[in-house]
Amino acid sequence: MTESSLIEVKNLKKYYEISQGLFKPKLVVKAVDDVSFSIKRGETFALVGESGCGKSTTGKTLLRLTDATSGEVRFKGEDILSLPYEKMRSLRKEMQMVFQDPYASLNPKMTIRQILLEPLRVHKKYSPEERMKKIVDILEIVGLSRSHLDRHPNEFSGGQRQRIGIARAVVLNPDFIIADEPVSALDVSVQSQVINLMLELQKEFGLTYLFISHDLSVVEHMTDRVAVMYLGKIVELADTEELFANPKHPYTQALISAVPVSHPKDVKERIVLKGDVPNPANPPSGCTFHTRCPFVMDKCKSVEPSLTEIGNGHITSCHLYSKNKEENINAIIYS
Amino acid sequence: METNTVTTTNQQIDLLVKKKSGFKDFFRKLSRSWTGMLGFSLIILLLLLSVFGGLIAPFDPMDAPLRERLLPPLTDGHILGTDQLGRDILSRIIAGTKVSVIIGLATALLAGLIGTVVGVIAGYFRGWIDVVLMRIVDVQLSFPFILLVLVISAVLGAGLTNIVISLALAGWVVFARVIRSEVLAIREKEFITAAIATGVPKFEILFRHILPNIFTPIIILVSLQMGTYIIAEASVSFLGFGVQPPTPAWGNMLNEGKDYIFSSWWLITFPGIAIIITTLGVNLFGDWLRDTLDPELKGE
Repeated sequence: MTESSLIEVKNLKKYYEISQGLFKPKLVVKAVDDVSFSIKRGETFALVGESGCGKSTTGKTLLRLTDATSGEVRFKGEDILSLPYEKMRSLRKEMQMVFQDPYASLNPKMTIRQILLEPLRVHKKYSPEERMKKIVDILEIVGLSRSHLDRHPNEFSGGQRQRIGIARAVVLNPDFIIADEPVSALDVSVQSQVINLMLELQKEFGLTYLFISHDLSVVEHMTDRVAVMYLGKIVELADTEELFANPKHPYTQALISAVPVSHPKDVKERIVLKGDVPNPANPPSGCTFHTRCPFVMDKCKSVEPSLTEIGNGHITSCHLYSKNKEENINAIIYS
Repeated sequence: METNTVTTTNQQIDLLVKKKSGFKDFFRKLSRSWTGMLGFSLIILLLLLSVFGGLIAPFDPMDAPLRERLLPPLTDGHILGTDQLGRDILSRIIAGTKVSVIIGLATALLAGLIGTVVGVIAGYFRGWIDVVLMRIVDVQLSFPFILLVLVISAVLGAGLTNIVISLALAGWVVFARVIRSEVLAIREKEFITAAIATGVPKFEILFRHILPNIFTPIIILVSLQMGTYIIAEASVSFLGFGVQPPTPAWGNMLNEGKDYIFSSWWLITFPGIAIIITTLGVNLFGDWLRDTLDPELKGE
């Protein structure tokens, strides 16, 4: 199984220190706290969770856009967190990113031609003529045309800009693309276009996606496996169908119950969580979800549950399912 | 056939978009604001005077017929009168324009260059170099500007080049501060993260992504600071450290005229008015430039 995984994440941690003043101890915010998962070649892996749960930080840490506190990220077997700057820069042609806000992720002073040529130029791919041909091709694939080449980003709509952002990520023929909420800033009507474009590109170029989102209906539609994050930790991980049909963790159950139903006459029982997400700088003891969990037990308040496999690659960290086994990290990584 | 029509329309739209940019767009925007227009006209007038002033001036600004000394305005063809040595004040003011424009422009460019380099290094690389550079800026900002100019020009000596250098050495800190904060804001933008993720080398990010995006604030600041430097030059010359007589500069005309302030008011009044009009013009234009090019309003 390991051979087929493109990227492996082991015990990834990203802590932020907040200075409280000269003589007070620093506050530590555990944005990403001991996260492990692996993504198989060609699959679409989703990270879901509410805002502030650390899913975007996880994505950025994987690409070393922020430095990890500790842990390991293996891309094609190579630990990229310890690579020197120049090697990492060169490796970036194989792993790209699509950003959340298409209005902020394109340089307003550059033309589309410059934006799309830049990745090819900095990685010295192809000759200048081939580069032009390549970017015109990719522009047509994402549904724009060569007449757009000399325009600036502000002359485009949000959906068009996101297509340009996707074209920039795909033009280098990467193996792996992290899409950080790629459609959350777009109109619903445009969202499906962009998602379908991403799925087409995946087929055409054999891409592997890490899809970061809080929109569960999008995740259900386009991903193969899902990891649910809460307060910097993965609380449940399973195949998408399995997760939506048979959610185990109370948090996942609540999330899925919040997805709107497609027909007004369909009745669904909605689990409404009490309270807000706790302050990540001061997380609750034991299971971090115990303050809001409808099934809370005494054990939850003191003992932190470990991730346990409950069959078929379905993993969750909840005392309701714990088999009193030792922590089985391998089950997570090699699932 | 239909696709053809669509393409033509697109091209026409392209043409329309293109036509609007550049000089036409500049004047269209300028004509909307009378203060901007006034400032711009005054700057053009100044530039023309400094280049062609020698042709317009009714008298030689250095010619000193002592018999015609301290003539009041509108006598014997001296529209603004003559000074204590009989020199025509209008001609001297016109000749002084050149000094003010050269000093204002050269200083703003030099100070802008130094300040931009320092600000970009501090803001982009951060770390200890940022701390060191910004503490230097802090220390220098705690000195009064004019005092600093006087100290530096006392060390360097008088002369046009030395005035420019001492004004720039005293004034670059303003640029460094503003440019650093601009760089800090830009480097947190998502398109910079995108450039890192693409694999763009550090220096290319600086030159291709950050510098083009701080160009506008640099231009605005250069135009706003020019007024400050013109006043500063006049002050330094008034105090006797700047442009040395008999070279006409507005500052030393004020200095020479101050002894006659009660008997011959025109000696000091007209150079003063020239300074006011010039700084007003430069500042009005700078304000308009800031309002028009303000990065927050850009791209709307």
